Amino acid sequence: MKYQVVIGLEVHTQLTTNTKIFCGCSTKFGSEPNSQTCPVCLGFPGALPVLNRQVVEYAIRAGLATNCSITQRNVFARKNYFYPDLPKGYQISQFDLPICQHGHLDIEVEGETKRIGITRIHMEEDAGKLVHADIQGVGDDSCVDLNRACTPLLEIVSEPDMRSPDEAIAYLKKLHQIVMYLGICDGNLEEGSFRCDANVSLMPVGSTVFGTRAELKNINSFKFIKQAIEYEIERQAEILDDGGKVIQETRLFDPNTGTTRSMRGKEEAHDYRYFPDPDLVPVLIPDQWIEDVRSELPELPEAKRARYVAELGLPEYDAEVLVSSRELAQYYEETVALFPQAKIVSNWVMGEVARALNEDNNRSITDCPVTPALLADLLKLMEKGTISGKIAKTVFDEMYKTGKAPEKIVEEKGLVQVSDTGAIEAMVDEVLNANPGQVEQYRGGKETVFGFFVGQVMRASKGKANPAVVNELLLKKLKA
Amino acid sequence: MKITRAEVEHVARLARLELTDAELDTFTGQMDGILAYVEKLNALDTEGIVPTSHAVPMENAFRADEPTGSIGVENALANAPQRAESFFRVPKVIE
Repeated sequence: MKYQVVIGLEVHTQLTTNTKIFCGCSTKFGSEPNSQTCPVCLGFPGALPVLNRQVVEYAIRAGLATNCSITQRNVFARKNYFYPDLPKGYQISQFDLPICQHGHLDIEVEGETKRIGITRIHMEEDAGKLVHADIQGVGDDSCVDLNRACTPLLEIVSEPDMRSPDEAIAYLKKLHQIVMYLGICDGNLEEGSFRCDANVSLMPVGSTVFGTRAELKNINSFKFIKQAIEYEIERQAEILDDGGKVIQETRLFDPNTGTTRSMRGKEEAHDYRYFPDPDLVPVLIPDQWIEDVRSELPELPEAKRARYVAELGLPEYDAEVLVSSRELAQYYEETVALFPQAKIVSNWVMGEVARALNEDNNRSITDCPVTPALLADLLKLMEKGTISGKIAKTVFDEMYKTGKAPEKIVEEKGLVQVSDTGAIEAMVDEVLNANPGQVEQYRGGKETVFGFFVGQVMRASKGKANPAVVNELLLKKLKA
Repeated sequence: MKITRAEVEHVARLARLELTDAELDTFTGQMDGILAYVEKLNALDTEGIVPTSHAVPMENAFRADEPTGSIGVENALANAPQRAESFFRVPKVIE
């Protein structure tokens, strides 16, 4: 039978606050295990959690950027379950009053725009980490690091609106881009700052009744999400084709095999007995707070892309690439402000700048030795005809290596473009005299040899001859 | 009956409590009594009344996002039944 896949996604984004959600411990990644803990995040009896205001601010930001309505009376709830990475025996989360609801994101897949609903976004604390460290004498036991316990998360839950792995990926990439633009999440999938669980089910094509779903966990790259969903579609289709029933369960993705395996029956574990946390008072969000956050929202990638096309006249492709990260877009905009030729700057940023950073161990654009000001200076030299486009690339590489100003490099290396007709004419004569055979061919009608002459002259000038002048003189001499 | 023996058993298991048959009987009876007593509230008309989440009339207790320091690894692990280097050590969790 033919099946239609139905996908809903739950994304956990770790917020980039300095401190944890309910205590003043640092959230820094990679510190000594349990060095960032206190009575609150260790779950000691009697410790009192106090809410980090920044978390609420970030949650409002996320909600506004994803077209949600903001809940003005928020209550935290306890989600009760036992696990060694959860010292209190409950996770502080939100249940029936999440901070954001009823939002959406528009994604594009194969040229079509599709709206994906966002059910809710809620604030919660993360659990600690279970480590199976290579420590002598520990045997089969697990080791617990509670540095991550109590770090702030936003759980962003989508509607089951996606109908293919590609749609799921498009939604995730969009969401990832937005939280990074908002500056509320560092977006690091490998370190677990942006984690995704996928709810996947199948139904016969044409049906409107969803099948039983499996929840896929432990997926920490966009590539794996696609793999996991594709594997799950195959697995469920086989079960259904054999007349079997899909069991509602949590399945763990194994990146080594590209498969998923059952984790534990969830029927009982799902009985979380939520109730309002008496330790945390309600959070009331007045209109003014929401409007303040709204007025400070950065321009989001979608709006930016549209503006690049409409106002700067960039092709869709360029705009898409340049807005892919906030930092890259900022670099581009700063350069254009100094050298207002949008397409030329775009070519350089997507070309030379991207290449150099890429070859330099994927260095960040914020750390690029050729700053927007330096790049603009270089482009100005090219525009004035001081250097040719080819030389400009050489100068760029030198700028990247040394951080020096382009004028200085051009001067030091004697790279000024030669437009002096007399000097170029001498070189042209020399090349023509040295290659009588090719001159004969050209005059006999084989005009493709022309490129050879240009190349020779440019070589003779060490790339400094003005190509336009070279062309002009060559033509004149050859037609003579 | 407001609550069955099976439900009490279920709740006990969720709380990781192991109860004897006699205890199950006792607690089922007691919890049934409590629920019957609380059910008196159902006699009230609560139409249009916002559910009470907190008994204290107070809201918006925030802290600023500023580090206040931690207690240190040694203090954190001082009461741990078992440790391994800087970790809490616990029996293996089956997944």
